[in-house]
Amino acid sequence: MRTISFSQATLEAMQEEMRRDPTVFVYGEDIVRQGGIFGQFKGLPEEFGDRIRDVPISETAIVGAALGAALTGTRPVADMHFADFIGVAFDEIANQIAKNRYMFGGQANIPLVIRAPDGISKQAAAQHSQSVEGWVQNIPGLIVVAPSSPATAKGLLKSAIRQNDPVIFFEHKVLYPQKGPVPDGEYFTPIGKAEIRKPGTDVTLVTYSIMVQKSEEVAMELEKEGISVEIIDLLTLKPFDTATILESVKKTHRCVVAHEAVVSGGLGAEIAARIQEKAFFHLDAPVLRVGAKDRPIPFSPVLENYIAAQKDDIRKAIYAVLYREG
Amino acid sequence: MPYQKKEFPNRFTALQKDAMHNLLRTMIRIRTFESRVEELFLNKKIPGFVHLYIGEEAIATGVMANLRKDDWITSTHRGHGHAIAKGAQTDRMMAELFGRKTGYCKGKGGSMHIADFSVGMLGANGVVGGGFNIAVGAGISSLIKKTDQVAVCFFGDGASNRGTFHEALNLAAVWKLPVLFVNENNQYASTTPTSFATSAERIADRAKGYGIEGYTVDGNNVIEVYNAASALIEAARKGKGPALLECLTYRIKGHYVGDPEKYRTKEEVQKHFVENNPITRYINYLKDKNLITDAEIDAIQAEASSEIAAAERFAEESPFPEPEDALDDLFSFSPQEFPEAVR
Repeated sequence: MRTISFSQATLEAMQEEMRRDPTVFVYGEDIVRQGGIFGQFKGLPEEFGDRIRDVPISETAIVGAALGAALTGTRPVADMHFADFIGVAFDEIANQIAKNRYMFGGQANIPLVIRAPDGISKQAAAQHSQSVEGWVQNIPGLIVVAPSSPATAKGLLKSAIRQNDPVIFFEHKVLYPQKGPVPDGEYFTPIGKAEIRKPGTDVTLVTYSIMVQKSEEVAMELEKEGISVEIIDLLTLKPFDTATILESVKKTHRCVVAHEAVVSGGLGAEIAARIQEKAFFHLDAPVLRVGAKDRPIPFSPVLENYIAAQKDDIRKAIYAVLYREG
Repeated sequence: MPYQKKEFPNRFTALQKDAMHNLLRTMIRIRTFESRVEELFLNKKIPGFVHLYIGEEAIATGVMANLRKDDWITSTHRGHGHAIAKGAQTDRMMAELFGRKTGYCKGKGGSMHIADFSVGMLGANGVVGGGFNIAVGAGISSLIKKTDQVAVCFFGDGASNRGTFHEALNLAAVWKLPVLFVNENNQYASTTPTSFATSAERIADRAKGYGIEGYTVDGNNVIEVYNAASALIEAARKGKGPALLECLTYRIKGHYVGDPEKYRTKEEVQKHFVENNPITRYINYLKDKNLITDAEIDAIQAEASSEIAAAERFAEESPFPEPEDALDDLFSFSPQEFPEAVR
């Protein structure tokens, strides 16, 4: 297997899909002239001409137009620059894109992808650091995915582009330069399926995106203490793979959910709720959540570290569900 | 409200008599549909909210007569007229308003979400200003697929104050998209007069800010609308980019059926209905020029009446959806394939 970066992996996905299907096109702020802020679009203009386009700073138009384009026979990929800017286009996402197929009785497919670089990176402070999957979690009609590695980034982006439904693709900014093994040849990471990153027997740790690697590091350390952690990488955040979670929890009887987003109203809440609905009597401890404290992300590294969830928070939560002293 | 008149080439005069009659037929079909919908709503046959297009028929009619079936339109909450003029069937529209399974949206949309994608009618929209960028996206599709399809975005005077208006017109201008923005200035945004809510004297003036052409026409004169739309749609089709066409009209009915209309007088409405009725004005023109006979007018009216009566029967006799049909149509896959998705 080759080793390539996360941004290179997303670039390959774009190249393969754009070569295969002339109706796939991509547009966003600073993606042609700059190649994307993380180089994830480099080389596309040379190969695909005006099927990759720079746009004015108009997030509402970027997202709204994706719907119009998807309804009329193309497969747009719209780049949000920063996931935080989804807020600018929220009506387009919540009231137009998500509702279109349903409120018109299934008249048209809506094959569009919104790429949304998210997460805490380089002290970008409150308006460029968020993980906003919670914003879209309770809107029926959206598919939401979040890869955790170069391999899943490529496989999920290809699946997202082929999907005949709107997909929001959250890609963590810290992951872009990171390298990892990626299969040769074409492959897809299925939407709606979680992957078990590390099998274990004592605690189920449900996580996604950047927190997968933090979880793996914690799990390796705990292994030395004789604690066996099973790590589930959700990959699809909506609709997420409840079956894999329940199967694991029925085996380990304990569960921690870890994400970078704030705990309040986050994905962890929904996962915990589903576990207690479907596997209450299998639990030996309450399901615990790890995530950012309920504040915007502050600038100063000291403050940022305090608000963001750290590896130590994951470790403490695992000790807690095992009723162990940290 | 004065405005600079632009003389567009008079392509209307080149139309065959049949095509001229078709304009009248479309206007009368819309008027007949809307009048019956109003009665049915008041008789509680139609639930929800209904916004009528009565008095504005010339705009949808004059514009749509210049579009092909494979062109696209986006519509507003006041969308019945656009749907009919673009070629939607009145029986399936009426069934949708009745909430029946045979409706265009299988009862999931109702009046505010009437749509027929098969004829390029990309949907009424419950959010004012929600259609701008959908039309822009359709224009982008035309560019990407290298076709000569055109998108027309209908919007009200109120919508021109939304941020979506600005972003859509700017992007359409920057990319020279084949999009015509058709403003239906009916003088009221719900209860608020345009003169109060809109800073520009003419909505068409706003085109200047985007470096595109903007014109104002008498929206209750179907010939004027037809000629302006013809020129601007042809330009868009030839790659000359977007334009803004403001059509001055008047909302004869309330914002919705049941609106107490405390913000205007009955005299004001009546004056417009008598003096500025687009159907009467067009009939008078055709009769003046000996282009139509009374018998032909009666036949068009009778045809429309029986069509709408049949549409109503179709709706009435159609079944309601099954309750659990409410779970369908969220995604391209079925709930059985992907049960987590409809949890």
